[in-house]
Amino acid sequence: MMEHVGASLIYLLDPFVLAFAGIYAVMALGLNVQWGYTGQFNIGVAGFFAAGAYTSAILTTAPTDNHLGGFALPIVIGLAGAVVVSGLLALLIGLITIRLREDYLAIATIGLAEIIRLTLKNEDWLSNGTRGVFAIPHPFQGMPADERNLAYFVLVAVVVVGLYLLLERARRAPWGRALRALRERESAALAAGKNVDRFRLEAFVLGSAVMGLGGGLYAHFAGFISPEVFEPMFGTFIIWVMLIVGGAGNGKGAILGAFVIWWLYTFTTGLISLAPVKYATQLGALRVMLVGAVLIAILLWRPDGLLPESRDVGGKRK
Amino acid sequence: MPATVAAAGRAPLLAVHSLVKSFGGIRAVDGASLEIPAGSITGLIGPNGAGKSTLFGMVAGFLKPDSGTVLLDGADVTGLPPHRLFARGLVRTFQIPATFDRMTVRDNLMVVPAGQSGESVWRAWVQWGRVQTEDAAIRARADEVLAFLSLDHVCEEYAGNLSGGQKKLLELGRTMMTEPRLVLLDEPGAGVNPTLMAKLREHIRTLNRERGYTICIVEHDMDLIASLCDQVIVMAEGKVLARGSMDEVRANAEVRAAYLGGVRDSST
Repeated sequence: MMEHVGASLIYLLDPFVLAFAGIYAVMALGLNVQWGYTGQFNIGVAGFFAAGAYTSAILTTAPTDNHLGGFALPIVIGLAGAVVVSGLLALLIGLITIRLREDYLAIATIGLAEIIRLTLKNEDWLSNGTRGVFAIPHPFQGMPADERNLAYFVLVAVVVVGLYLLLERARRAPWGRALRALRERESAALAAGKNVDRFRLEAFVLGSAVMGLGGGLYAHFAGFISPEVFEPMFGTFIIWVMLIVGGAGNGKGAILGAFVIWWLYTFTTGLISLAPVKYATQLGALRVMLVGAVLIAILLWRPDGLLPESRDVGGKRK
Repeated sequence: MPATVAAAGRAPLLAVHSLVKSFGGIRAVDGASLEIPAGSITGLIGPNGAGKSTLFGMVAGFLKPDSGTVLLDGADVTGLPPHRLFARGLVRTFQIPATFDRMTVRDNLMVVPAGQSGESVWRAWVQWGRVQTEDAAIRARADEVLAFLSLDHVCEEYAGNLSGGQKKLLELGRTMMTEPRLVLLDEPGAGVNPTLMAKLREHIRTLNRERGYTICIVEHDMDLIASLCDQVIVMAEGKVLARGSMDEVRANAEVRAAYLGGVRDSST
Protein backbone atom coordinates (compact mmCIF):
# COMPACT_ATOMS: atom_id res chain seq x y z
CA MET A 1 0.00 0.00 0.00
CA MET A 2 2.57 2.57 1.12
CA GLU A 3 4.96 1.83 -1.69
CA HIS A 4 2.09 2.23 -4.09
CA VAL A 5 1.42 5.70 -2.69
CA GLY A 6 5.12 6.43 -2.84
CA ALA A 7 5.31 5.33 -6.46
CA SER A 8 2.31 7.54 -7.24
CA LEU A 9 4.03 10.47 -5.60
CA ILE A 10 7.25 9.94 -7.52
CA TYR A 11 5.26 9.65 -10.72
CA LEU A 12 4.05 13.23 -10.12
CA LEU A 13 7.56 14.42 -10.93
CA ASP A 14 7.69 12.45 -14.16
CA PRO A 15 8.34 14.85 -17.08
CA PHE A 16 5.32 13.37 -18.86
CA VAL A 17 3.02 14.56 -16.05
CA LEU A 18 4.87 17.85 -15.62
CA ALA A 19 4.64 18.67 -19.32
CA PHE A 20 0.87 18.23 -19.30
CA ALA A 21 0.59 20.32 -16.16
CA GLY A 22 2.66 23.01 -17.89
CA ILE A 23 0.42 22.95 -20.94
CA TYR A 24 -2.59 23.41 -18.66
CA ALA A 25 -0.72 26.26 -16.99
CA VAL A 26 -0.54 28.00 -20.39
CA MET A 27 -4.30 27.61 -20.72
CA ALA A 28 -4.87 28.91 -17.19
CA LEU A 29 -2.67 31.93 -17.89
CA GLY A 30 -4.80 32.71 -20.95
CA LEU A 31 -8.00 32.39 -18.95
CA ASN A 32 -6.49 34.58 -16.25
CA VAL A 33 -6.24 37.49 -18.69
CA GLN A 34 -9.96 37.17 -19.40
CA TRP A 35 -11.40 36.26 -16.03
CA GLY A 36 -8.71 37.36 -13.59
CA TYR A 37 -7.82 40.68 -15.16
CA THR A 38 -11.05 41.61 -16.92
CA GLY A 39 -13.88 39.60 -15.39
CA GLN A 40 -14.87 37.99 -18.68
CA PHE A 41 -16.78 34.79 -18.09
CA ASN A 42 -15.48 32.70 -20.98
CA ILE A 43 -16.62 29.11 -20.56
CA GLY A 44 -15.70 28.25 -24.11
CA VAL A 45 -11.99 27.75 -23.39
CA ALA A 46 -12.15 24.39 -25.17
CA GLY A 47 -13.02 26.12 -28.45
CA PHE A 48 -9.79 28.11 -28.50
CA PHE A 49 -7.86 25.14 -27.14
CA ALA A 50 -9.18 23.05 -30.06
CA ALA A 51 -8.63 25.77 -32.64
CA GLY A 52 -4.99 26.04 -31.60
CA ALA A 53 -4.41 22.30 -31.44
CA TYR A 54 -5.97 21.56 -34.84
CA THR A 55 -4.31 24.52 -36.53
CA SER A 56 -0.85 23.51 -35.40
CA ALA A 57 -1.53 19.85 -36.20
CA ILE A 58 -2.80 20.55 -39.72
CA LEU A 59 0.04 22.94 -40.48
CA THR A 60 2.77 20.53 -39.39
CA THR A 61 1.65 17.00 -40.31
CA ALA A 62 2.82 15.36 -43.53
CA PRO A 63 0.42 15.63 -46.50
CA THR A 64 -2.46 13.20 -46.13
CA ASP A 65 -5.90 12.41 -47.56
CA ASN A 66 -7.36 12.14 -44.07
CA HIS A 67 -7.79 15.85 -43.43
CA LEU A 68 -6.93 19.29 -44.69
CA GLY A 69 -3.21 19.51 -45.50
CA GLY A 70 -1.01 18.52 -43.86
CA PHE A 71 1.35 21.20 -44.84
CA ALA A 72 4.50 19.72 -43.29
CA LEU A 73 5.58 23.12 -41.96
CA PRO A 74 8.02 23.53 -39.05
CA ILE A 75 6.50 23.24 -35.57
CA VAL A 76 7.34 26.87 -34.78
CA ILE A 77 5.16 27.94 -37.70
CA GLY A 78 2.44 25.61 -36.50
CA LEU A 79 2.46 27.16 -33.03
CA ALA A 80 2.47 30.68 -34.48
CA GLY A 81 -0.47 29.65 -36.66
CA ALA A 82 -2.27 28.35 -33.56
CA VAL A 83 -1.86 31.72 -31.86
CA VAL A 84 -3.01 33.65 -34.93
CA VAL A 85 -6.05 31.47 -35.69
CA SER A 86 -7.27 31.43 -32.07
CA GLY A 87 -6.72 35.17 -31.85
CA LEU A 88 -8.63 35.84 -35.06
CA LEU A 89 -11.43 33.54 -33.96
CA ALA A 90 -11.63 35.49 -30.69
CA LEU A 91 -11.64 38.77 -32.59
CA LEU A 92 -14.54 37.60 -34.74
CA ILE A 93 -16.55 36.33 -31.77
CA GLY A 94 -15.53 39.30 -29.69
CA LEU A 95 -16.83 41.80 -32.20
CA ILE A 96 -20.23 40.13 -31.95
CA THR A 97 -20.41 39.40 -28.23
CA ILE A 98 -18.22 41.97 -26.51
CA ARG A 99 -21.08 44.10 -25.34
CA LEU A 100 -22.80 41.16 -23.69
CA ARG A 101 -22.99 41.11 -19.95
CA GLU A 102 -20.86 38.45 -18.35
CA ASP A 103 -23.54 35.81 -17.92
CA TYR A 104 -24.63 36.17 -21.54
CA LEU A 105 -21.02 35.99 -22.66
CA ALA A 106 -20.81 32.69 -20.79
CA ILE A 107 -23.73 31.25 -22.72
CA ALA A 108 -22.39 32.54 -26.02
CA THR A 109 -18.92 31.14 -25.46
CA ILE A 110 -20.03 27.69 -24.33
CA GLY A 111 -22.21 27.47 -27.41
CA LEU A 112 -19.32 28.52 -29.57
CA ALA A 113 -16.95 25.94 -28.10
CA GLU A 114 -19.51 23.24 -28.83
CA ILE A 115 -19.95 24.49 -32.39
CA ILE A 116 -16.21 24.24 -32.92
CA ARG A 117 -16.03 20.77 -31.40
CA LEU A 118 -18.97 19.46 -33.41
CA THR A 119 -17.59 20.99 -36.60
CA LEU A 120 -14.30 19.21 -36.00
CA LYS A 121 -16.23 16.03 -35.30
CA ASN A 122 -18.30 16.18 -38.48
CA GLU A 123 -16.20 17.89 -41.14
CA ASP A 124 -14.02 14.99 -42.22
CA TRP A 125 -12.24 16.94 -44.97
CA LEU A 126 -11.01 19.41 -42.37
CA SER A 127 -10.24 17.36 -39.32
CA ASN A 128 -10.78 13.67 -40.12
CA GLY A 129 -13.87 13.70 -37.88
CA THR A 130 -13.98 11.43 -34.83
CA ARG A 131 -10.90 9.55 -36.03
CA GLY A 132 -8.86 12.65 -35.27
CA VAL A 133 -5.51 13.88 -36.46
CA PHE A 134 -2.55 11.63 -35.76
CA ALA A 135 1.17 11.48 -36.43
CA ILE A 136 1.51 15.09 -35.30
CA PRO A 137 5.27 15.75 -35.25
CA HIS A 138 7.10 16.02 -31.94
CA PRO A 139 9.95 18.55 -31.81
CA PHE A 140 12.28 16.02 -30.18
CA GLN A 141 11.21 13.07 -32.31
CA GLY A 142 14.49 11.14 -32.38
CA MET A 143 15.06 10.91 -28.63
CA PRO A 144 14.21 8.01 -26.30
CA ALA A 145 10.85 8.46 -24.62
CA ASP A 146 12.10 9.66 -21.22
CA GLU A 147 14.46 12.25 -22.62
CA ARG A 148 11.91 13.35 -25.16
CA ASN A 149 9.39 14.05 -22.42
CA LEU A 150 11.96 15.85 -20.34
CA ALA A 151 13.03 18.02 -23.27
CA TYR A 152 9.39 18.83 -24.00
CA PHE A 153 8.78 19.73 -20.38
CA VAL A 154 11.73 22.12 -20.52
CA LEU A 155 10.26 23.68 -23.67
CA VAL A 156 6.85 24.06 -22.00
CA ALA A 157 8.46 25.48 -18.87
CA VAL A 158 10.27 28.11 -20.94
CA VAL A 159 6.99 29.05 -22.62
CA VAL A 160 5.17 29.25 -19.27
CA VAL A 161 7.84 31.46 -17.71
CA GLY A 162 8.02 33.69 -20.79
CA LEU A 163 4.23 34.05 -20.92
CA TYR A 164 4.07 34.73 -17.23
CA LEU A 165 6.57 37.57 -17.55
CA LEU A 166 4.81 39.12 -20.53
CA LEU A 167 1.34 38.88 -19.03
CA GLU A 168 2.52 40.08 -15.63
CA ARG A 169 4.04 43.15 -17.21
CA ALA A 170 0.82 43.81 -19.10
CA ARG A 171 -1.05 43.49 -15.82
CA ARG A 172 1.19 45.93 -14.01
CA ALA A 173 1.00 48.39 -16.89
CA PRO A 174 -1.80 50.94 -17.26
CA TRP A 175 -3.37 48.40 -19.63
CA GLY A 176 -3.93 45.94 -16.79
CA ARG A 177 -5.09 48.73 -14.54
CA ALA A 178 -7.75 49.77 -17.03
CA LEU A 179 -8.89 46.13 -17.32
CA ARG A 180 -9.25 45.86 -13.55
CA ALA A 181 -11.19 49.11 -13.54
CA LEU A 182 -13.72 47.85 -16.04
CA ARG A 183 -13.89 44.53 -14.21
CA GLU A 184 -14.70 46.36 -10.98
CA ARG A 185 -17.24 48.81 -12.36
CA GLU A 186 -17.94 49.41 -15.98
CA SER A 187 -19.92 52.62 -15.46
CA ALA A 188 -17.05 54.21 -13.57
CA ALA A 189 -14.53 53.05 -16.19
CA LEU A 190 -16.70 54.75 -18.80
CA ALA A 191 -16.83 57.89 -16.67
CA ALA A 192 -13.03 57.73 -16.43
CA GLY A 193 -12.99 58.02 -20.20
CA LYS A 194 -11.93 54.45 -20.97
CA ASN A 195 -12.92 52.89 -24.26
CA VAL A 196 -14.33 49.87 -22.50
CA ASP A 197 -15.17 47.91 -25.66
CA ARG A 198 -11.63 48.22 -26.96
CA PHE A 199 -10.06 46.99 -23.72
CA ARG A 200 -12.50 44.10 -23.51
CA LEU A 201 -11.79 43.00 -27.03
CA GLU A 202 -8.03 43.16 -26.49
CA ALA A 203 -8.22 41.06 -23.33
CA PHE A 204 -10.48 38.53 -25.01
CA VAL A 205 -8.21 38.20 -28.06
CA LEU A 206 -4.96 38.06 -26.06
CA GLY A 207 -6.32 35.47 -23.62
CA SER A 208 -7.71 33.32 -26.42
CA ALA A 209 -4.47 33.53 -28.42
CA VAL A 210 -2.62 32.21 -25.35
CA MET A 211 -5.14 29.36 -25.11
CA GLY A 212 -4.46 28.63 -28.78
CA LEU A 213 -0.75 28.36 -28.02
CA GLY A 214 -1.62 25.92 -25.23
CA GLY A 215 -3.62 23.90 -27.74
CA GLY A 216 -0.67 23.78 -30.15
CA LEU A 217 1.66 22.64 -27.38
CA TYR A 218 -0.83 19.95 -26.44
CA ALA A 219 -1.06 18.65 -30.01
CA HIS A 220 2.68 18.25 -30.48
CA PHE A 221 3.14 16.56 -27.13
CA ALA A 222 0.21 14.17 -27.37
CA GLY A 223 0.88 13.41 -31.05
CA PHE A 224 -2.80 12.71 -31.54
CA ILE A 225 -5.93 14.85 -31.13
CA SER A 226 -9.60 14.13 -31.62
CA PRO A 227 -12.76 16.07 -30.78
CA GLU A 228 -13.11 14.06 -27.55
CA VAL A 229 -10.14 15.88 -26.05
CA PHE A 230 -12.06 19.15 -26.25
CA GLU A 231 -15.21 18.15 -24.42
CA PRO A 232 -16.23 20.71 -21.79
CA MET A 233 -14.92 18.75 -18.79
CA PHE A 234 -11.25 18.66 -19.77
CA GLY A 235 -11.29 21.40 -22.35
CA THR A 236 -12.86 24.09 -20.21
CA PHE A 237 -13.93 23.28 -16.67
CA ILE A 238 -10.74 21.77 -15.34
CA ILE A 239 -8.94 24.91 -16.49
CA TRP A 240 -11.45 27.06 -14.62
CA VAL A 241 -10.90 24.94 -11.50
CA MET A 242 -7.15 25.42 -11.88
CA LEU A 243 -7.50 29.19 -12.09
CA ILE A 244 -9.96 29.51 -9.20
CA VAL A 245 -7.97 27.17 -6.95
CA GLY A 246 -4.67 28.85 -7.80
CA GLY A 247 -5.98 32.41 -7.54
CA ALA A 248 -7.69 34.44 -10.25
CA GLY A 249 -5.86 37.63 -11.09
CA ASN A 250 -2.51 36.19 -10.07
CA GLY A 251 -0.32 34.63 -12.78
CA LYS A 252 1.66 32.58 -10.27
CA GLY A 253 -1.62 31.36 -8.88
CA ALA A 254 -2.77 30.24 -12.32
CA ILE A 255 0.42 28.21 -12.78
CA LEU A 256 0.28 26.76 -9.26
CA GLY A 257 -3.38 25.86 -9.71
CA ALA A 258 -2.63 24.02 -12.95
CA PHE A 259 0.03 21.89 -11.27
CA VAL A 260 -1.96 21.25 -8.09
CA ILE A 261 -5.07 20.10 -9.92
CA TRP A 262 -3.23 18.09 -12.53
CA TRP A 263 -1.16 16.43 -9.79
CA LEU A 264 -4.25 15.67 -7.79
CA TYR A 265 -5.90 14.15 -10.82
CA THR A 266 -2.83 12.13 -11.76
CA PHE A 267 -2.12 11.01 -8.21
CA THR A 268 -5.58 9.53 -7.88
CA THR A 269 -4.96 7.48 -11.05
CA GLY A 270 -2.21 5.74 -9.13
CA LEU A 271 -4.45 5.17 -6.12
CA ILE A 272 -7.24 3.72 -8.17
CA SER A 273 -4.97 0.97 -9.38
CA LEU A 274 -5.03 -0.24 -5.74
CA ALA A 275 -8.73 -1.00 -5.89
CA PRO A 276 -10.26 -4.13 -7.41
CA VAL A 277 -10.61 -3.88 -11.18
CA LYS A 278 -14.40 -4.20 -11.11
CA TYR A 279 -14.67 -0.78 -9.41
CA ALA A 280 -12.40 0.98 -11.90
CA THR A 281 -15.16 2.82 -13.76
CA GLN A 282 -16.88 4.09 -10.65
CA LEU A 283 -13.59 5.21 -9.17
CA GLY A 284 -12.79 7.06 -12.38
CA ALA A 285 -15.88 9.18 -11.82
CA LEU A 286 -14.82 9.63 -8.22
CA ARG A 287 -11.66 11.37 -9.38
CA VAL A 288 -13.67 14.07 -11.09
CA MET A 289 -15.75 14.40 -7.92
CA LEU A 290 -12.56 14.85 -5.94
CA VAL A 291 -11.57 17.78 -8.18
CA GLY A 292 -15.03 19.23 -7.55
CA ALA A 293 -14.63 18.75 -3.80
CA VAL A 294 -11.32 20.62 -3.85
CA LEU A 295 -12.97 23.45 -5.75
CA ILE A 296 -15.76 23.69 -3.17
CA ALA A 297 -13.27 23.61 -0.29
CA ILE A 298 -11.28 26.43 -1.85
CA LEU A 299 -14.40 28.50 -2.50
CA LEU A 300 -15.45 28.06 1.12
CA TRP A 301 -12.17 28.62 2.89
CA ARG A 302 -9.93 30.47 0.45
CA PRO A 303 -12.28 32.16 -2.00
CA ASP A 304 -9.45 34.21 -3.51
CA GLY A 305 -7.46 31.05 -4.23
CA LEU A 306 -4.13 29.78 -2.96
CA LEU A 307 -2.32 32.90 -4.22
CA PRO A 308 -4.77 35.84 -4.25
CA GLU A 309 -4.45 38.82 -6.54
CA SER A 310 -1.87 41.28 -5.21
CA ARG A 311 -3.25 44.68 -4.33
CA ASP A 312 -0.21 46.89 -4.63
CA VAL A 313 -0.01 47.29 -8.35
CA GLY A 314 0.38 51.04 -8.79
CA GLY A 315 0.96 51.42 -5.08
CA LYS A 316 4.42 49.97 -4.95
CA ARG A 317 7.29 51.24 -6.99
CA LYS A 318 10.81 50.19 -6.42
CA MET B 1 -7.98 77.74 -19.05
CA PRO B 2 -9.46 80.83 -17.36
CA ALA B 3 -8.74 81.05 -13.67
CA THR B 4 -11.74 83.00 -12.49
CA VAL B 5 -14.70 83.74 -14.63
CA ALA B 6 -17.86 85.63 -13.99
CA ALA B 7 -20.76 83.48 -14.98
CA ALA B 8 -22.85 86.05 -16.72
CA GLY B 9 -22.53 87.24 -20.26
CA ARG B 10 -20.47 84.38 -21.67
CA ALA B 11 -21.25 81.86 -24.35
CA PRO B 12 -22.68 78.72 -22.78
CA LEU B 13 -20.24 75.83 -22.38
CA LEU B 14 -23.14 73.40 -22.43
CA ALA B 15 -26.42 73.95 -24.25
CA VAL B 16 -29.18 71.36 -24.13
CA HIS B 17 -32.14 71.72 -26.49
CA SER B 18 -35.47 69.92 -26.12
CA LEU B 19 -33.98 66.71 -24.80
CA VAL B 20 -36.40 63.78 -24.52
CA LYS B 21 -35.91 60.35 -22.98
CA SER B 22 -38.60 57.78 -22.24
CA PHE B 23 -38.38 54.57 -20.27
CA GLY B 24 -41.36 52.43 -21.17
CA GLY B 25 -44.35 54.72 -20.80
CA ILE B 26 -42.59 57.26 -18.64
CA ARG B 27 -41.09 60.35 -20.19
CA ALA B 28 -38.27 60.81 -17.70
CA VAL B 29 -36.99 63.85 -19.53
CA ASP B 30 -39.65 65.59 -21.55
CA GLY B 31 -38.23 68.36 -23.69
CA ALA B 32 -35.75 69.89 -21.30
CA SER B 33 -33.65 72.84 -22.48
CA LEU B 34 -30.96 74.57 -20.48
CA GLU B 35 -27.65 76.37 -20.72
CA ILE B 36 -24.62 76.29 -18.49
CA PRO B 37 -22.31 79.30 -18.80
CA ALA B 38 -18.58 78.64 -18.91
CA GLY B 39 -16.93 79.14 -15.52
CA SER B 40 -20.14 78.90 -13.54
CA ILE B 41 -21.36 76.61 -10.82
CA THR B 42 -24.89 75.62 -11.73
CA GLY B 43 -27.24 73.84 -9.39
CA LEU B 44 -29.77 71.44 -10.86
CA ILE B 45 -32.55 70.77 -8.39
CA GLY B 46 -36.00 69.30 -8.38
CA PRO B 47 -38.09 66.66 -6.63
CA ASN B 48 -37.29 62.97 -6.97
CA GLY B 49 -38.17 61.69 -10.40
CA ALA B 50 -37.79 65.13 -11.99
CA GLY B 51 -35.35 63.68 -14.55
CA LYS B 52 -32.14 65.23 -13.27
CA SER B 53 -30.03 62.09 -13.28
CA THR B 54 -31.46 61.00 -16.62
CA LEU B 55 -30.51 64.38 -18.04
CA PHE B 56 -26.99 63.93 -16.65
CA GLY B 57 -26.83 60.49 -18.18
CA MET B 58 -27.71 61.83 -21.61
CA VAL B 59 -25.32 64.75 -21.42
CA ALA B 60 -22.46 62.45 -20.38
CA GLY B 61 -23.23 59.91 -23.12
CA PHE B 62 -24.47 57.12 -20.85
CA LEU B 63 -27.99 57.28 -22.25
CA LYS B 64 -28.99 57.99 -25.82
CA PRO B 65 -31.62 60.72 -26.06
CA ASP B 66 -34.80 59.91 -28.00
CA SER B 67 -34.62 63.39 -29.45
CA GLY B 68 -33.05 66.77 -28.84
CA THR B 69 -29.47 67.99 -29.02
CA VAL B 70 -26.54 68.49 -26.70
CA LEU B 71 -23.98 71.13 -27.62
CA LEU B 72 -20.65 71.22 -25.84
CA ASP B 73 -18.81 74.45 -26.53
CA GLY B 74 -20.88 74.92 -29.65
CA ALA B 75 -20.21 71.44 -31.10
CA ASP B 76 -23.00 68.90 -31.46
CA VAL B 77 -22.06 65.98 -29.21
CA THR B 78 -25.48 64.32 -29.01
CA GLY B 79 -25.18 60.56 -28.60
CA LEU B 80 -21.39 60.40 -28.47
CA PRO B 81 -20.07 57.57 -26.25
CA PRO B 82 -18.74 58.52 -22.79
CA HIS B 83 -15.06 58.13 -23.67
CA ARG B 84 -15.40 60.61 -26.54
CA LEU B 85 -17.10 63.14 -24.30
CA PHE B 86 -14.42 62.58 -21.70
CA ALA B 87 -11.82 63.42 -24.33
CA ARG B 88 -13.68 66.68 -24.90
CA GLY B 89 -13.42 67.56 -21.25
CA LEU B 90 -16.72 66.35 -19.85
CA VAL B 91 -16.48 64.34 -16.64
CA ARG B 92 -19.23 63.03 -14.38
CA THR B 93 -19.65 61.45 -10.96
CA PHE B 94 -22.44 59.18 -9.77
CA GLN B 95 -25.23 59.50 -7.27
CA ILE B 96 -24.25 56.19 -5.69
CA PRO B 97 -20.46 56.37 -5.51
CA ALA B 98 -18.94 54.26 -8.27
CA THR B 99 -15.45 53.30 -7.19
CA PHE B 100 -13.20 50.46 -8.31
CA ASP B 101 -13.63 48.49 -5.11
CA ARG B 102 -10.86 45.92 -5.38
CA MET B 103 -8.27 48.46 -6.43
CA THR B 104 -6.29 50.71 -4.14
CA VAL B 105 -7.44 54.28 -3.65
CA ARG B 106 -4.36 55.45 -5.53
CA ASP B 107 -4.99 53.08 -8.43
CA ASN B 108 -8.55 54.40 -8.58
CA LEU B 109 -7.08 57.74 -9.54
CA MET B 110 -4.19 56.48 -11.65
CA VAL B 111 -6.62 54.82 -14.04
CA VAL B 112 -8.04 58.13 -15.14
CA PRO B 113 -5.56 60.12 -17.27
CA ALA B 114 -6.25 59.65 -20.97
CA GLY B 115 -3.70 58.61 -23.55
CA GLN B 116 -1.34 56.71 -21.24
CA SER B 117 1.10 54.92 -23.52
CA GLY B 118 1.03 51.91 -21.20
CA GLU B 119 -2.62 51.39 -22.10
CA SER B 120 -1.25 49.61 -25.15
CA VAL B 121 -0.10 46.06 -24.32
CA TRP B 122 2.47 46.27 -27.05
CA ARG B 123 4.11 49.37 -25.60
CA ALA B 124 4.06 47.82 -22.16
CA TRP B 125 6.16 45.01 -23.65
CA VAL B 126 8.58 46.96 -25.80
CA GLN B 127 8.76 50.39 -24.13
CA TRP B 128 8.58 49.47 -20.46
CA GLY B 129 10.96 52.26 -19.47
CA ARG B 130 8.83 54.94 -21.02
CA VAL B 131 5.66 53.45 -19.53
CA GLN B 132 7.22 53.48 -16.08
CA THR B 133 8.45 57.05 -16.35
CA GLU B 134 5.00 58.16 -17.41
CA ASP B 135 3.41 56.17 -14.63
CA ALA B 136 5.66 57.78 -12.02
CA ALA B 137 4.34 61.19 -13.10
CA ILE B 138 0.75 59.97 -12.94
CA ARG B 139 1.41 58.52 -9.52
CA ALA B 140 2.81 61.82 -8.29
CA ARG B 141 -0.28 63.58 -9.56
CA ALA B 142 -2.55 61.05 -7.86
CA ASP B 143 -0.71 61.61 -4.60
CA GLU B 144 -1.20 65.37 -4.92
CA VAL B 145 -4.92 64.90 -5.44
CA LEU B 146 -5.11 62.50 -2.48
CA ALA B 147 -3.33 65.02 -0.27
CA PHE B 148 -5.71 67.76 -1.44
CA LEU B 149 -8.68 65.59 -0.52
CA SER B 150 -7.06 64.40 2.76
CA LEU B 151 -7.24 60.84 1.55
CA ASP B 152 -3.48 60.32 1.55
CA HIS B 153 -3.60 58.20 4.72
CA VAL B 154 -5.76 55.61 2.97
CA CYS B 155 -3.98 55.62 -0.40
CA GLU B 156 -3.01 51.93 -0.18
CA GLU B 157 -6.43 50.85 1.05
CA TYR B 158 -8.92 49.12 -1.24
CA ALA B 159 -11.47 51.70 -2.35
CA GLY B 160 -14.24 49.28 -1.35
CA ASN B 161 -13.23 49.70 2.29
CA LEU B 162 -13.73 53.47 2.34
CA SER B 163 -16.72 55.13 4.01
CA GLY B 164 -19.49 56.49 1.82
CA GLY B 165 -18.27 60.06 2.27
CA GLN B 166 -14.68 59.12 1.43
CA LYS B 167 -15.91 57.42 -1.73
CA LYS B 168 -17.62 60.65 -2.70
CA LEU B 169 -14.33 62.47 -2.24
CA LEU B 170 -12.53 59.82 -4.27
CA GLU B 171 -14.99 60.33 -7.11
CA LEU B 172 -14.33 64.03 -6.97
CA GLY B 173 -10.65 63.15 -7.06
CA ARG B 174 -11.12 61.31 -10.33
CA THR B 175 -12.27 64.52 -11.96
CA MET B 176 -9.03 66.13 -10.79
CA MET B 177 -6.85 63.58 -12.58
CA THR B 178 -7.68 65.17 -15.90
CA GLU B 179 -8.24 68.70 -17.18
CA PRO B 180 -12.02 68.75 -17.34
CA ARG B 181 -13.95 71.71 -18.65
CA LEU B 182 -17.33 70.60 -17.45
CA VAL B 183 -17.86 68.47 -14.36
CA LEU B 184 -21.26 66.95 -13.63
CA LEU B 185 -21.61 66.08 -9.95
CA ASP B 186 -24.57 63.83 -9.16
CA GLU B 187 -25.48 64.39 -5.51
CA PRO B 188 -21.94 64.87 -4.20
CA GLY B 189 -23.30 65.51 -0.72
CA ALA B 190 -25.55 62.47 -0.34
CA GLY B 191 -24.57 60.47 2.72
CA VAL B 192 -21.76 62.82 3.66
CA ASN B 193 -21.46 63.93 7.30
CA PRO B 194 -21.49 67.69 8.11
CA THR B 195 -17.73 67.99 8.68
CA LEU B 196 -16.90 66.26 5.42
CA MET B 197 -19.61 68.28 3.74
CA ALA B 198 -17.92 71.55 4.64
CA LYS B 199 -14.72 70.19 3.18
CA LEU B 200 -16.46 68.98 0.06
CA ARG B 201 -17.96 72.43 -0.44
CA GLU B 202 -14.54 74.05 -0.17
CA HIS B 203 -13.08 71.55 -2.63
CA ILE B 204 -15.79 72.23 -5.18
CA ARG B 205 -15.32 75.96 -4.80
CA THR B 206 -11.56 75.65 -5.20
CA LEU B 207 -11.93 73.55 -8.34
CA ASN B 208 -14.17 76.22 -9.84
CA ARG B 209 -12.25 79.31 -8.78
CA GLU B 210 -8.68 78.13 -9.05
CA ARG B 211 -8.81 75.50 -11.72
CA GLY B 212 -11.57 77.00 -13.81
CA TYR B 213 -13.83 73.95 -13.88
CA THR B 214 -17.36 74.66 -14.97
CA ILE B 215 -19.50 72.65 -12.59
CA CYS B 216 -23.07 71.42 -12.60
CA ILE B 217 -24.38 69.91 -9.38
CA VAL B 218 -27.46 67.81 -8.85
CA GLU B 219 -28.21 68.01 -5.15
CA HIS B 220 -31.01 67.86 -2.61
CA ASP B 221 -29.05 69.73 0.04
CA MET B 222 -30.28 73.28 -0.50
CA ASP B 223 -27.62 74.79 1.75
CA LEU B 224 -24.93 73.35 -0.44
CA ILE B 225 -26.66 74.64 -3.56
CA ALA B 226 -27.29 78.08 -2.05
CA SER B 227 -23.73 78.51 -0.88
CA LEU B 228 -22.06 77.37 -4.08
CA CYS B 229 -24.19 78.06 -7.12
CA ASP B 230 -24.22 81.10 -9.40
CA GLN B 231 -27.44 79.94 -10.98
CA VAL B 232 -30.02 77.33 -10.13
CA ILE B 233 -32.12 75.37 -12.60
CA VAL B 234 -35.24 73.68 -11.32
CA MET B 235 -36.64 70.60 -13.02
CA ALA B 236 -39.95 68.87 -12.46
CA GLU B 237 -41.63 66.09 -14.42
CA GLY B 238 -38.91 66.05 -17.04
CA LYS B 239 -39.08 69.73 -17.84
CA VAL B 240 -37.19 72.82 -16.80
CA LEU B 241 -39.46 74.77 -14.54
CA ALA B 242 -37.40 77.79 -13.57
CA ARG B 243 -33.96 79.28 -13.71
CA GLY B 244 -32.27 82.04 -11.75
CA SER B 245 -30.49 82.77 -8.49
CA MET B 246 -31.35 80.66 -5.46
CA ASP B 247 -33.46 83.50 -4.05
CA GLU B 248 -35.35 83.90 -7.32
CA VAL B 249 -36.25 80.24 -7.64
CA ARG B 250 -37.12 80.06 -3.94
CA ALA B 251 -39.65 82.79 -4.49
CA ASN B 252 -41.11 81.09 -7.55
CA ALA B 253 -44.59 79.79 -6.86
CA GLU B 254 -44.43 76.99 -9.41
CA VAL B 255 -41.23 75.72 -7.85
CA ARG B 256 -42.84 75.65 -4.43
CA ALA B 257 -45.79 73.80 -5.82
CA ALA B 258 -43.54 71.25 -7.52
CA TYR B 259 -41.74 70.50 -4.27
CA LEU B 260 -44.97 70.25 -2.33
CA GLY B 261 -46.50 68.03 -5.00
CA GLY B 262 -48.96 68.70 -7.80
CA VAL B 263 -47.29 70.94 -10.35
CA ARG B 264 -50.28 71.53 -12.53
CA ASP B 265 -52.80 72.76 -10.00
CA SER B 266 -50.48 75.39 -8.61
CA SER B 267 -52.15 76.98 -5.64
CA THR B 268 -51.53 80.60 -6.58
